[in-house]
Amino acid sequence: MTKQFTAWIQAAPMALVLLAFLVAPIVMIAIVSFWGATEYSIYPAFQFDNYEFLFRSPVTYTVFFNTFKYAAITWAFTLVIGFTVAYFLAFEVRSLKWQIALFLLCTIPFWTSNIIRMISWIPFLGRNGLANSTLISWGVIDEPVEWLLFSDFSVILAFVHLYTLFMVVPIFNSMMRIDRSLIEAARDGGASAWQTLRHVIIPLCKPGIMIGTIFVTTLVMGDFITVRFMSGSQRANVGRLISNDISLLQYPSASATAVVLLVAVLIVIALLLRLVDIRKEL
Amino acid sequence: MTTDTDLELVSLTKSYGATVAVDAISHQFKSGGYACLLGPSGCGKSSTLRMIAGHEDVSDGAILLAGRDVSYLPPAKRGTAMMFQNYALFPHLTVRDNVAFSLRMAGVDKPERNRRAGEMLELVEMTTFADRKPDQLSGGQQQRVALARALITRPQVLLLDEPLSALDPFLRIRMRAELKRLQRELGISFIHVTHGQDEALALADEIIVMNNAKIEQAGPARDVFNAPRTAFVARFMGGHNVLNLPQGHIALRSDEMVVTAPEAGCIDGRVIGVEYQGTHVALTAEVAGGQEVTALMPDADFIKAPKDLGEVIGLHWEDRVAHPLTA
Repeated sequence: MTKQFTAWIQAAPMALVLLAFLVAPIVMIAIVSFWGATEYSIYPAFQFDNYEFLFRSPVTYTVFFNTFKYAAITWAFTLVIGFTVAYFLAFEVRSLKWQIALFLLCTIPFWTSNIIRMISWIPFLGRNGLANSTLISWGVIDEPVEWLLFSDFSVILAFVHLYTLFMVVPIFNSMMRIDRSLIEAARDGGASAWQTLRHVIIPLCKPGIMIGTIFVTTLVMGDFITVRFMSGSQRANVGRLISNDISLLQYPSASATAVVLLVAVLIVIALLLRLVDIRKEL
Repeated sequence: MTTDTDLELVSLTKSYGATVAVDAISHQFKSGGYACLLGPSGCGKSSTLRMIAGHEDVSDGAILLAGRDVSYLPPAKRGTAMMFQNYALFPHLTVRDNVAFSLRMAGVDKPERNRRAGEMLELVEMTTFADRKPDQLSGGQQQRVALARALITRPQVLLLDEPLSALDPFLRIRMRAELKRLQRELGISFIHVTHGQDEALALADEIIVMNNAKIEQAGPARDVFNAPRTAFVARFMGGHNVLNLPQGHIALRSDEMVVTAPEAGCIDGRVIGVEYQGTHVALTAEVAGGQEVTALMPDADFIKAPKDLGEVIGLHWEDRVAHPLTA
């Protein structure tokens, strides 16, 4: 048996899994996206009707714009919060024991399901919820604030809550790899704390930031359940568009939207990878 | 510029809770000299250096540079610069940007800082590597860059933390010659931490031997080697026998020992080891009280009168080479 043949055999199981569960479904979706549909039937075809409808409809643009908006705002918040948390864990907490303990503390919310974590915001943010009643009792506001729940605010709040950890982990990982003597060397060269952050720590965390960014953007852009729950079905993103089509059994239309979303996400990732070479990190 | 650029440590102390790493040491470094802090690991030499650099808080005492107390100033305001043990080059910056880092932090504009970085790179003969990243350089090259980066701030004192320990033995000898040359050319004080006595002897104008958080002995290299004051210094500097005789402890350089016939010398011993070292042969003999004494004989003398294991020999020395030890 030649070496090359052995290598192929060794790679085969993983390749088969990916082929069957990743490549094949995507190919299927791409094929179905060209099919035709009536109110009561789906028929195989090769036509561009679904795409034509999609790109003609003004709803598509609003929904795609919303999706990018959620992704961008969530990214900004998770980055700032995630970087700060990672910085605290990596540089301010000195003992490994505390680092592990605090890190586990960050993961505790993940011990419950996504949906429960989302729903638990509702009694807090609702019209007569904890937040409003507290603010009223403090005299900050006279009337309950309406935009706390079922709004862009609550959607983004939930996204940030759900996905910040995906930013913390890769950035923390990058930070732990920074040789502490580099920080001293920067100080020796007269760098202030801010300059050290700007010229040494952030550049060296770039791969971590980039991996976190990819996690957060892909998760937010593919999400539909958070938007539905937290906006009380008043806001839409692409994921909801697809899920609506599916519930109406409009598979070809859903597939076409999914293909466009997939391409959009891939373009975003390609642009991000242009900025930073993450291969060094892996 | 003051003419008095001496660095002085005044009862400098570093304690971590109950453990004392540096115990009230006082010393005045000569300005423009090459000083080596020498000692075994854990003796407090690195803590001392890091306190001088400002990377470790001073627990007690003071550091004076050019007559001003710098004990509580940030590192860059002290007039010192540090070269780190693993060089600590910024991996994301080119060699030129690494060297120019402190100028950039100080807000020097780009053409000026590139020009000065270029000068520094010329000084350490690294001009052709200016656009490389540190991971594309060999250990010796990285060290030159680290040196250039430390020197660009024009420090009065350059602090080197075991600068040669990461290099292979051949390169180590080359780099130490280079360090000495640079120090002479620049005329600034170098303070070099090392645990290798050969390195200290080769480089230093002044050696400060530390042990157990204290200075055991300080002085010109030749004095420290030739006239160790304590048994620790004699043993650590090597090349010495420490003998416990009725009149007290004495240190004797092994190359000052003369091998004679039995009962013709100051003391008799039985040969327990013969080691050929090229130019010399090291004879180890056991003398009264089970003490071991090593005598270095020129190889020609040994060949003329070879000694065997178990043979009884006499060992002679002149009184002037016997240095009494205090401990």
